[in-house]
Amino acid sequence: MRKLGIGTTEGWLLVAILLMGATLSLLAPTFLTLSNLFDLLNASSVNIIFGVGLLVVLIAGGIDISFTVAASVVQYLTALTLQSFGGGDWATGLLLAAAFGTLLGCFNAFWIYQFRIVSIVVTIATYNLFFGLLMYFSGGVSLYDLPDWLTTRIAIVSIETANGRAEITILVVVMTFCVAATWLLLRRTSTGRQLYAMGDNVEGARRIGISLGAMHYLAFGWLGFMAGIAGLMQAHYAQEVVPNALYGRELDVLAAVVLGGARLGGGRGTILGVLLGILLVAMTQNGLNLLGISPYAFKMIVGAIILVAITLSSEGVGRLIGSWHAPMRQRTAQ
Amino acid sequence: MTTQALSPDRRRIVRRLDPEIASLLALLVLVCIVFGATANGFTSATTFTSMAFQLPELGLLTLAMLMPIISGGFNLAITFTANLCGLAMAAVLHKFGGADAGALAIMLGVAAALATGAVVGWLMGAIIATTGAHPILVSLSMMIFVRGLGEFLTRGGDIAGTPNAVQLIGQGTVFGIPAPLFVFAGAVVFWHVVMSRARLGFATRMIGSNLEATRYSGVPTRRMLTLIYTLSGLMSGIAGILMLARFNSVRVGHGEAYLLITVLACFLGGVDPFGGFGRVVPVALALVILQVIASGLNLLGSNQHLATALWGGFLLLVMVARSVWTWASHFLQMMFARR
Repeated sequence: MRKLGIGTTEGWLLVAILLMGATLSLLAPTFLTLSNLFDLLNASSVNIIFGVGLLVVLIAGGIDISFTVAASVVQYLTALTLQSFGGGDWATGLLLAAAFGTLLGCFNAFWIYQFRIVSIVVTIATYNLFFGLLMYFSGGVSLYDLPDWLTTRIAIVSIETANGRAEITILVVVMTFCVAATWLLLRRTSTGRQLYAMGDNVEGARRIGISLGAMHYLAFGWLGFMAGIAGLMQAHYAQEVVPNALYGRELDVLAAVVLGGARLGGGRGTILGVLLGILLVAMTQNGLNLLGISPYAFKMIVGAIILVAITLSSEGVGRLIGSWHAPMRQRTAQ
Repeated sequence: MTTQALSPDRRRIVRRLDPEIASLLALLVLVCIVFGATANGFTSATTFTSMAFQLPELGLLTLAMLMPIISGGFNLAITFTANLCGLAMAAVLHKFGGADAGALAIMLGVAAALATGAVVGWLMGAIIATTGAHPILVSLSMMIFVRGLGEFLTRGGDIAGTPNAVQLIGQGTVFGIPAPLFVFAGAVVFWHVVMSRARLGFATRMIGSNLEATRYSGVPTRRMLTLIYTLSGLMSGIAGILMLARFNSVRVGHGEAYLLITVLACFLGGVDPFGGFGRVVPVALALVILQVIASGLNLLGSNQHLATALWGGFLLLVMVARSVWTWASHFLQMMFARR
């Protein structure tokens, strides 16, 4: 298990996902169909792109809640720039979105690093700054006349099934690239190990010669980059740009990433955990939907699941259980 | 040398007027002058009355945020806890006849609201204290849960209609002074006493400085942390009651935007973002300043979204000013030490 990169948290998540999958396929016959599973994957892609970006910031010891609002700003800016270009294509679109996103991410890093302000405070501030300015300048008006290439659905895999067409769209392809790039950064470069080091112990990292400034800009810039791309993909998925469409999404992503084992305070977290965490939350919502439970109850149930997961997965409970077992072990040792 | 020349009375005044409070007072005067000159009708009695009605909700929520921040944590669930408490009270009032509910029903409703707040806070505190999970994370999930619960119960709508007596708490005046202001003043005095005179206040600051060291020196940190978040939830409950009383209705999501301003008030009031340091009186002063700015912007007819952006920018500005101030004082200390 360890060799495959499956740790304790990931193992529990896999068990939970399999259990839930089994239960849902018994209760709702439409759950275990190819079209539903592919839809689930397509719909989770945007959140996974956000998630791997956020993972980098969490590993580096920071937190960011402004990234979804930043993605909305990027959507708007990209759509307007493309309009003034007279169209563009996927390459220019992705390039523009990534560039705008990285800029906004570095804006956060600037305040956090140069003035040593706690990242939660900076991102609460930029969250309101970005959202307020976006709503003010856009007037809350949605954009519908997007370029044709952006709104056309592109299926990579398309299978005809009894329950209708099952498709894997370009969303999943872009998501795979983002996940692979983040995996390369975190697992195959020394820069990635430096991010872990800084998240684990800032002072220690500084003393062994890691440039904290570069790491801050890299982590928040990376999240901005991912947020930009996720914003563009969300616009593709929804086929419109609505200024407050992503408002509030950051909490769902953050909760799912933390469910996947990333720790607030840094130094820990895996990409597999992020994928499983987001898929578990998406599956829960999908299952509740198929079971015909009121959508008003979704948030409550997801919140409760995360609360229980935090309580069970934290070190404190492990220590508590350990201390129950400890006296017994001592007795046997004597 | 100069303080020795002063009489004991004068010395006490000088000591009381420490630089932090003095600079906040100066900022308050400055803000009043700026808006008095630019905003039409700023110096009228109605402006001040409306400010006095709006300040308490924001103030109570800020107090609810203050104690967790000083303990080195955060409570992101305050606004939705307040909504849920208002909901609990409205539900009890509805059960006993809505607008015709009697005094006993009102007392029962208040008790239900306070109990709801205390339970939400206690649960959060218990999880933080026993599992050692990060407070931002725990309060965030609690916020998602509480908001979901509220939306589930109300189906996204609002519950309106409270007895006149309840509306008096939110809209009435006593001797010409708005009633909510008394509630707020009481809460500030209580918080000030807790933070500066009680064991809990001392423990809160110690926990914010170093949790482990506090635990090793014999302070029951788990019980104290649980108590801190329970009190925070209780204070959110009082804020929820005031909101219900002032608007005569409760809706989940109302006051969501207050979260930023409560954080802003804490940091403008000199609370250390890393925990351990912070006092109640400067934070109350900071609140008055922010309320003056909010009312002034309103009078200037600023766009609601532009105001949101301005609050965000203002929070950045305050934090930058604080770091620059810290550097400058370190620099000056070094200069004097060298001499």
